[in-house]
Amino acid sequence: MSKKSNTYNDETVEKNSAASAPPLHCSTAPLRQWIDHRLPIFTFIDKELTKYPTPKNLNYWWNFGSLSGITLVIMILSGIFLAMHYDPSADKAFESVEYIMRNVNYGWFMRYLHANGASMFFILVYIHMFRGLYYGSYKAPRELLWMLGVVILILMMATAFMGYVLPWGQMSYWGATVITNLFSVFPFGESIVQWLWGGFSVSGPTLNRFFVLHYLFPFLIVGVVCLHLVALHQHGSNNPLGIECKKEEKIPFHPYYTVKDLFGLGIFAAIWSYFIFFEPNFFGEPDNYIPANPLVTPPHIVPEWYFLPFYAILRSIPNKLFGVIAMFGAVLILFVLPWLDRSKVRSATFRPIFKWVFWVFVLNCLVLGFVGAHSPDYVYSSGVSNQILGQVTTFLYFAFFLIALPLMGIFEKPRPLPTSLLMIFFLSGPPAICADQHWSFENPLGTYDRAELQHGFEIYKQVCAACHGLDQVRFRDLEGLGYTGEEVKKIASAYKVADINDQGEPAERLALPTDLFPNPYKNEKAARAANNGAHPPDLSLIIKAREGGAHYVFDLLTSYKATPPKNVELAAGMSYNPIFPGGQIAMPPPSL
Amino acid sequence: MKKPSDSSDVPNPTRRDFLLLTASAVGAVGAAYFAWPFLDSMNPAADILAQSTIDVDLSPIAEGQAITVVWRGKPIFIRHRTQAEIQAAEATPLKDLIDPQTDQDRVKKGHNPWLVVVGICTHLGCIPTGNKPTETRGKYGGWACPCHGSLYDVSGRVRRGPAPLNLEVPPYTFLTATSIRIGSGVASAVTPKL
Repeated sequence: MSKKSNTYNDETVEKNSAASAPPLHCSTAPLRQWIDHRLPIFTFIDKELTKYPTPKNLNYWWNFGSLSGITLVIMILSGIFLAMHYDPSADKAFESVEYIMRNVNYGWFMRYLHANGASMFFILVYIHMFRGLYYGSYKAPRELLWMLGVVILILMMATAFMGYVLPWGQMSYWGATVITNLFSVFPFGESIVQWLWGGFSVSGPTLNRFFVLHYLFPFLIVGVVCLHLVALHQHGSNNPLGIECKKEEKIPFHPYYTVKDLFGLGIFAAIWSYFIFFEPNFFGEPDNYIPANPLVTPPHIVPEWYFLPFYAILRSIPNKLFGVIAMFGAVLILFVLPWLDRSKVRSATFRPIFKWVFWVFVLNCLVLGFVGAHSPDYVYSSGVSNQILGQVTTFLYFAFFLIALPLMGIFEKPRPLPTSLLMIFFLSGPPAICADQHWSFENPLGTYDRAELQHGFEIYKQVCAACHGLDQVRFRDLEGLGYTGEEVKKIASAYKVADINDQGEPAERLALPTDLFPNPYKNEKAARAANNGAHPPDLSLIIKAREGGAHYVFDLLTSYKATPPKNVELAAGMSYNPIFPGGQIAMPPPSL
Repeated sequence: MKKPSDSSDVPNPTRRDFLLLTASAVGAVGAAYFAWPFLDSMNPAADILAQSTIDVDLSPIAEGQAITVVWRGKPIFIRHRTQAEIQAAEATPLKDLIDPQTDQDRVKKGHNPWLVVVGICTHLGCIPTGNKPTETRGKYGGWACPCHGSLYDVSGRVRRGPAPLNLEVPPYTFLTATSIRIGSGVASAVTPKL
């Protein structure tokens, strides 16, 4: 292969693209011309995607735009196929998600693809935005390009918020309650919130409209993305040096950046796949595997991680109205960024002060995320209170935009966060659960020990089934434990299920493999009456619905203490268990 | 990949062409692999599939009696026919039938007392009466459709329209002399992934 010269003129650009284009369409050329003459798609693709001159020095931080676009498409596809099986009514929503997970072919794959895709989408977009911030891609003539991007971010946030409500878990319900309640700060706030809810609290009508809007918004995003791309192509991409690019310094988008983008897609897909197949619930909250209960508020209401910095800003201001203004302000201030930063130099490569301030800002955003993850009352091991930390970082966030950027020309001592800040998070320690038990299924390459699973099932039948239901599991699912079809039938036929006889009266019949496990109690009230007012939780999702999963359940069952410590007064009928939050549990020690 | 140049207009395949071809091929396979779960998710789900076969115990059905079971959401009539009914069914001349079919073709060899048919009228889909002892069986002793008056005989064959075809015989096999499995394929559903 001969060496190409370093200068590129239009002819070279043409030659580059011609030499690499495989002779695939010769025989269809008349057809392409016929179509193109009437609807110039081929000319359009040729100009905007194939020949499109792109600076030749773009680094990998420029991959994130195309990755975001691809993720948007995959989210829409997976969303549509999920919507074929999802039921948006309040009493069926949670169940329909479990149906997708357990019964729909590859339903588990599409659900985890979609849920983890939302987190991936935000990671990509945040990196994409930080790239723009660092290299000055928001400066003239690309101000509108940046602002359209902020519009996309806001639409994404609305979409993600509504999407999280759809599984109708505890976090879905209570997160929706907290955030919709924010709108009461406006004049006529109560009426606005009732209008949003379609009722007097987050309820069925709220869920239904969130589903419809969640389906709609991504298509609005697609529209704004098209505008975003048109604005981009007007002046072309920025580049790491931030200087205007001469014609000779540009190369055709295809094949150079199509291949580079495909490579980036491969890496990204591997990371996304790692989460889908090996850690699908990493970004999620166990509480969302508990069906929504309007009468029980979870001890810690946390939004998804991508909202945590804004959540922290909201909570750092003690006044309700100003807290809301600060939170929305934190997003809206991004719109005026091109006018806050007065420097004529684009790229941070040539702005030694801005470079450091930028990285401090990134760190500040990460700290804001940690602040949002913990309650305001939390105190770190080093003695720092989360509330104070939140207020400092919120101030720094706005100071970056309103003080630092405009004053960048003036030499200014940045305000670094204490260098021991990182230590604070490591010292706050892991949860109190001891992870001494080693499970065969623990690590990404682990497997289930079928014999152990069957043993566990025997224990369930003899010890737990008296009080705990398995409402989402069918007898035929036991084949996953290694039982054969005949064994499953035999297990099922040991149970009786409710049915109606030919006269229409309630009767019982032997269970079939297709039946669900019958609940030990007729209904919730009966369950509570038999258990000192407490409802023994259903065990179908217990591993996913508790922080620590199998470790937590094992520790709970093995940590009962016969006599509680001196300072604990056991309420009537309760047992002492240090693993259970609060220490007092209504379940008596099981006879294992 | 140096080859001696020839006089044709097509340039010799280069390393670039090879890479492009192989990358495209792998990409196409990858795309198909990615697309398959989406398409397969529209196929019947595990709980629907679990209903794809049912086993029926025939011993409680006395001679002259009929029961209805549900298979894949459809009613299935199972009639235990008397000897007189079997003889009458076998003796019917084919020219009298709207949809000619012998009785022997509609039952399993050696098990001709048992008639298993889908209980959906082949006209517009109503469920014919005749299973319960209190219901009318129509002039031909089989079933009578209340919607538009089609009549079926003891072999489930249509004798008076407007139905055009005989009652459908579903796939079934005799497991023992007194039990059948309706539906083909695996007896239980696909195991969901843990």
